[in-house]
Amino acid sequence: MVDHSSPPRPPLSTPSLIARLAGIGAVVAVAAGAFAYVNGTLDPQRLQPKTLVNALETNNGVHPGLRRNHAKGVCVAGYFESSTEARAYSSAQVFSEAKTPVIGRFALPSGNPYAPDSSVPIRSFALQFSQANGQQWRTGMNSMPVFPVGTPEAFYQMLKAGAPDPATGKPNPAGMPAFFAAHPETAPFLAWVKTAKPSASYATETYNGINAFYLVSADGKRQAVRWGVVPQSQDTAGDTVPSGRDFLEKDLVQRLASGPLRWQLNMTLANPGDPLDDASKAWAGEHKVLNAGTLVLQSSQPQADGDCRDINFDPLILPSGIQASNDPLLAARSAAYASSYVRRAGEVSPLHSAPQESKP
Amino acid sequence: MNAQPRFFALLARLLHWLMALMIIAMLFIGAGMVASVSERHEWLIHLHKPLGIAILALVIVRLSVRFSTRQPPLPADLPLWQVLAARASHVVLYALMLVLPLLGWAMISAAGDPVMLSSSVQLPALVEANAPLFALLRKAHGYLAYLLFLTVLLHLAAALFHGLIRRDGVLQSMTGTKG
Repeated sequence: MVDHSSPPRPPLSTPSLIARLAGIGAVVAVAAGAFAYVNGTLDPQRLQPKTLVNALETNNGVHPGLRRNHAKGVCVAGYFESSTEARAYSSAQVFSEAKTPVIGRFALPSGNPYAPDSSVPIRSFALQFSQANGQQWRTGMNSMPVFPVGTPEAFYQMLKAGAPDPATGKPNPAGMPAFFAAHPETAPFLAWVKTAKPSASYATETYNGINAFYLVSADGKRQAVRWGVVPQSQDTAGDTVPSGRDFLEKDLVQRLASGPLRWQLNMTLANPGDPLDDASKAWAGEHKVLNAGTLVLQSSQPQADGDCRDINFDPLILPSGIQASNDPLLAARSAAYASSYVRRAGEVSPLHSAPQESKP
Repeated sequence: MNAQPRFFALLARLLHWLMALMIIAMLFIGAGMVASVSERHEWLIHLHKPLGIAILALVIVRLSVRFSTRQPPLPADLPLWQVLAARASHVVLYALMLVLPLLGWAMISAAGDPVMLSSSVQLPALVEANAPLFALLRKAHGYLAYLLFLTVLLHLAAALFHGLIRRDGVLQSMTGTKG
């Protein structure tokens, strides 16, 4: 075949050849440089998901196969029974179907899987609602009413303030007080901590979603809310914290052995002016609260091989009918959880494929 | 025997340039979203998933166009190693265009997450939930995306080399301009 496509090509002069080669090099270099900026290589100051997860690993050590935060926990399973109250506000199937199966996880907030249960007054509760239509709603809640900080940057500074000093292996005792002093937005959280005591049970706690979301109705109306679950059976007040390091899981297993545990899912409707993008601020004053239904937990499993182990409780996995607010912590949690998840998922063996017989 | 075409078929050229834009956008979206904790992370993911599925659909159309139309030949005087490099890089480009969206889809499935293209459009899971498989697929998705970016850069440099240095009509066979 003749080379018909080549017109006569006068040879390039040396300067012209060099200029053209340099031009090609420049195009490639600009493209590669733009990419290196976007992926963070040329932007080292940017807070990245891995920066947050690395900070958690620095503070707590690396515990292969476990979550980089909220490392100590227990799996639970049950279902959610919807009431009619949320239906007008959200088209999510979880509120229109009578029952939706739920997998959950109770945990301590720390990234240390060996933390004694009495070490912190905070307990957390994550849930995955699996709707019949295949969509899911995942949420991670905590027993405090507000988050200490409102931005991922401040959260990172807080982690750094609690980081162990390489010289002593222990956090600098002045670190956290200095952080709190420099971050007045932590005041509502600190006020709560002062009154909070480590509970003797996961079952007696109220858990708050803290971040704001929108319920979206079938006709597209959006209502900002914060949600939470309130236990239906309160224990006798004055329960003392048991001795020992690991009483919470034992207590939960015992309670479930004698029957299901119930919480009411509340949706607190935002008033005009309530902050939707700042989880460090409480919503003050009177609010309309919807009783969206009842969460019923029936069984638990150890987290090492329980059904909750491989769930990334990403707060932005939402069904149609629930939307994220522009709270910057939501995107940061989603991004950081994904980074933690790929690390720990690479450190475990596959979970049993058939549902294991669960403890009562 | 018919004369060899000078240009790629019009549909092939349209698909090439459309997908070039989509793939470059996709590579930047992917690299940016995994390196950000800001709201950008979220809206980039919402772009990344439907765009990936669109690329998967288009590359299937494109491969069938490629196999059903005639390609302009490479210049007869092109050194053999450059011919081989061109062929190999095209195979890598097509393979990655096909594999990367499938890996993304499979890794979301392996994580046990619903594969949502929008707030209500859901794809079926490609594989069962399996955490170590997720980790493997997720890493493969990332590394192969970098390989795709490097191959795109090589492809771009080679195209400009043909257009500016060799001036042999290869670049024009895809731009459709007279060289």
